[in-house]
Amino acid sequence: MISVNKLCVQVGSFKLNDVSFEVPEGHYAVLMGKTGSGKTTILETICGLKKVLSGTIHLNGKLATHAKPSEREIGYVPQDGVLFHTMTVRDNLAFALELRKWSKKKINDRVDELADLLGIAELLKRTPHGLSGGETQRISLGRALAANPAILCLDEPLSALDEETRDEMCTLLGDVQRRTRVTTLHITHNVTESDRLGDMKFLIVDGVLQSQPSNVTGESSGLTSQQNKTSAKNSAQIKAD
Amino acid sequence: MTEQVPDEHSSALKSRSDVPFYTIFSAISAVYILLIVAMLAAETTYTTPEHIWAAFAKPEIRYAIWLSLVSCAITTVLSLWVSVPIGYLLSRHNFWGKTLIDAILDIPIVLPPLVIGLCLLILFQVDIPQIEWLNHAVESDTGITQNKEIVMSRTQSLDDLIRKLTKLIFGKSIGVTYEIPSVLLAQFMVACAFAVRTMRVTFDQIGPRYEQVAMTLGCNRGQAFWRVVFPQAYRGLLAAGTLAWARSLGEFGPILIFSGATRMKTEVLPTTVFLELTVGNIEGAVAASLIMVVSAFIVLVIARMFGLSRAAI
Repeated sequence: MISVNKLCVQVGSFKLNDVSFEVPEGHYAVLMGKTGSGKTTILETICGLKKVLSGTIHLNGKLATHAKPSEREIGYVPQDGVLFHTMTVRDNLAFALELRKWSKKKINDRVDELADLLGIAELLKRTPHGLSGGETQRISLGRALAANPAILCLDEPLSALDEETRDEMCTLLGDVQRRTRVTTLHITHNVTESDRLGDMKFLIVDGVLQSQPSNVTGESSGLTSQQNKTSAKNSAQIKAD
Repeated sequence: MTEQVPDEHSSALKSRSDVPFYTIFSAISAVYILLIVAMLAAETTYTTPEHIWAAFAKPEIRYAIWLSLVSCAITTVLSLWVSVPIGYLLSRHNFWGKTLIDAILDIPIVLPPLVIGLCLLILFQVDIPQIEWLNHAVESDTGITQNKEIVMSRTQSLDDLIRKLTKLIFGKSIGVTYEIPSVLLAQFMVACAFAVRTMRVTFDQIGPRYEQVAMTLGCNRGQAFWRVVFPQAYRGLLAAGTLAWARSLGEFGPILIFSGATRMKTEVLPTTVFLELTVGNIEGAVAASLIMVVSAFIVLVIARMFGLSRAAI
């Protein structure tokens, strides 16, 4: 669960005031807005990469407003993938697991599992150099999911992809979220992406965050009707000042 | 067919040949490149190989080669150790006084080399208070009573303090001024400033995204740096090391002032060129400078082999 309450963040001269919203556990929320509206700032603040001036962030019920990024257990997929170029794809996927001192066998099993899930098994021995945009984003997604985070933050992960790859990635993201039930916050300015994936929608306009009605049916989003009802109820609770 | 009517506008749009443009630019480039090649050719053909080998046989020149190579290697390692943290902090963080610190780091680059040497010389002669316990420790350790004048004096130079400390720690008094450490320090002061610039640009180019992602994956700052950023900075490290080494090898002014030009002691290759020229032995000067020319070529080849960009060097 992601719960943001009266969040104030400043980056240079840009300031976001009193942003509040909540994404219940297991939901796929999409945050939309124009370029420069502060979407990425919100996402990076949730990930612990920006300092909070005031307000609170609760992640899975725990207060995490000033927690270090490493303590938040969030899987973060940046816009351009940002793969570690000096490592192989396998090492990229194993990175979070090695930090957590998993055994070699468990790491290998988990990496193979992720590679199968994301369709990147044949890329494991390669370095990120020369990978396509779609492959890069699949690996970046796998790296973020490796340590089984409770929350997944996606910063315009499909914006640099062509139409066909974007379509494939949309299907993949939906599948992955349905299988892992990871609470997801996805930033995009693409309405199609938002309609296909989000069971909750937020729009940020002039620094004010509003909830939007979701078009996603329970079937297509993988949610039960009960979950959709909960989603609608929670959306109604969103406070945007 | 329509009759072509000459008018002012069409003549104004007439495209002129690019030949004059490229001719002038190529000519200017060629003059400078030819000057470099001619300069090197003149030096390498000035003297016979016999004379050069004879110069190499001289123990003073052999010592200068040895001291230059060793001191440059040490300076390069030191410069990298210092330039990595400074470059990283300047690249990633904004803090109060950053502009001032940035300007201070440029001082060794813009200051005339002789002035750097003079500043270092004066720094190590600055009077600092005597440390009684250190004087007693040195006396009891060595059993030698210090010169009455020194003991009576209430101050000592920084160089004296270092001599006492090294005596106490290593059992041998090692000074800085006019000794080998002064060569290292004089080279380091300038070389490190260049390495810092290179490392800062390197970390600027890598950008903070990689360590941000690494931190969300579970790294602290240190782990993110050593596991992700540092390995990606290898090209910059190589460029900074190459630059520091090349600068150290050519360092002359600060060494002349701060270390002196004592043969078989503080003589490095540029000092050899200077000393040989002053006694009229051009062959010796050419031999010493040829070593530096060859070294410069090796550095360039290594840098190109590792694919360093022209801008990085």
